[in-house]
Amino acid sequence: MQLFPCPFCGPRDETEFHFGGEAGKVRPEPAAEIAAERWSKFLYTNANPKGATREIWVHLTCGEFFLMERDTVTHAVKGSHSLVGEKP
Amino acid sequence: MTRRYSAFGLFREGLRGHTGWQPAWRSPKPKPRYDAVIIGGGGHGLATAYYLNKNHGISNVAVIEKGWLGGGNTGRNTTTIRSNYFYPESVALYDFSLKLYEGLSRELNYNIMLSQRGVVTVAHSDAEMEIAARIVNAMQLNGTDAELLGREGVLEKAPLLNSSDRARYPIFGGSWQGRAGVARHDAVAWGYARAADAAGVDIIQNCEVTGFIVENGRCAGVETTQGAIRGDNIGLAVAGHSSVLAAKAGFELPIRSYSLQAMVSEPVKPCLDTVVLYLGTATYLFQSDKGEIVVGGGLDRVPSYAQRGNPPMQQHIISGMLEMFPSFGQLKMLRQWAGVVDVVPDSSPIIGPSPLPGLYLNCGWGTGGFKSIPAGGWLLANLIANGTHHEISRPFDLDRFARGRLVDEAAGSGIAH
Repeated sequence: MQLFPCPFCGPRDETEFHFGGEAGKVRPEPAAEIAAERWSKFLYTNANPKGATREIWVHLTCGEFFLMERDTVTHAVKGSHSLVGEKP
Repeated sequence: MTRRYSAFGLFREGLRGHTGWQPAWRSPKPKPRYDAVIIGGGGHGLATAYYLNKNHGISNVAVIEKGWLGGGNTGRNTTTIRSNYFYPESVALYDFSLKLYEGLSRELNYNIMLSQRGVVTVAHSDAEMEIAARIVNAMQLNGTDAELLGREGVLEKAPLLNSSDRARYPIFGGSWQGRAGVARHDAVAWGYARAADAAGVDIIQNCEVTGFIVENGRCAGVETTQGAIRGDNIGLAVAGHSSVLAAKAGFELPIRSYSLQAMVSEPVKPCLDTVVLYLGTATYLFQSDKGEIVVGGGLDRVPSYAQRGNPPMQQHIISGMLEMFPSFGQLKMLRQWAGVVDVVPDSSPIIGPSPLPGLYLNCGWGTGGFKSIPAGGWLLANLIANGTHHEISRPFDLDRFARGRLVDEAAGSGIAH
């Protein structure tokens, strides 16, 4: 059982967390003028890196969304950062 | 010259002390140039090479594998073959694969041990029975075999199932596909490899692709750990690592990689002669020819390239097994492992041209790559040889995401991811 660090609660069981998506994806605006290909890229396409990655996770029990840096091969967690006050 | 396998040959070798067997394929050095280069020496890649020769007469082909043949997901799956999907596009694809599997042992002269023992999917409420009836009707309309079973019918197929009135997931009935079954997964890879090699295909193991050669905007070959290998057309069949290779080719895919784990028990006497899946637990199991109970379930919920499963899902799968077959609580588990699977948002594969001209994709099979090996290889070979889709692969082109025409089997047939 792996522990993930919630910036608000501290280390908690991995089953309490839900993967939200890769960090740094920005919704294209203005929505009405965006071509289908670009929407498709935003909605479905991922870098899906092997190794170091930056991801948005949510701690389901407290509702905190945060940024977690981890490794997709070793599963080592490098750090987690609160998104409070962050701009996208 | 590849020698034909036969019962007589086996008998003769038995008398000779098995000293006359020859390697089933060569291990050649790569040539500088091929008509087609296939990246990935798993089932899909080897099948692609086989069908390039058989259907299109193209035998100047290389299959490049970074490890050993069938050492990725081809050797890590739970060997189930079925076509119980909801959408016509999916049934056309997976039933095509099942039909190819039905003739494969004879065609390849290699026993893949196909055992069409059927799959029963168990429903636990009146509402789930309506869904089961819906998918059975859809399958019959799409031209494959399916049957709706009542409670008695399910218990007849698998008498050891938990029939208690107080079960957490009571048996109301379920859907049945009798032509579904299991096969020996290594034999599928080895059978295709042997047949492709006999046709002149070069299978190059321990050769990792490190980059793509692009000339005039078109893919003209690959850079590998054994040097540059050029090809008129390149096929990509690298389940689990499609995004990694796509990044080297300069594009991204609608794929996320997850670990999918499975496990087997110690071998026991025959007690289960079908494949059983519970909608309630998402755990499925069957008994292997050796007597082991093979158990699988859903994906680990953490995106991963680690070929190992995490404890929470292992616990979930085993608790599901104990709910379904309480008597299996006495079993000792023997092995647990995982493979990395390419999961696409609509739980359907991607077959078609990539954004880089000359490079064709066969990926995104998610948890269902093994059952699709013959069809995946057949359709990728068709794309490489003709440059255009077969009507079966057309709906699975990468362009479906921008067109909004997803084949959403996650919702349609209740895949657990």
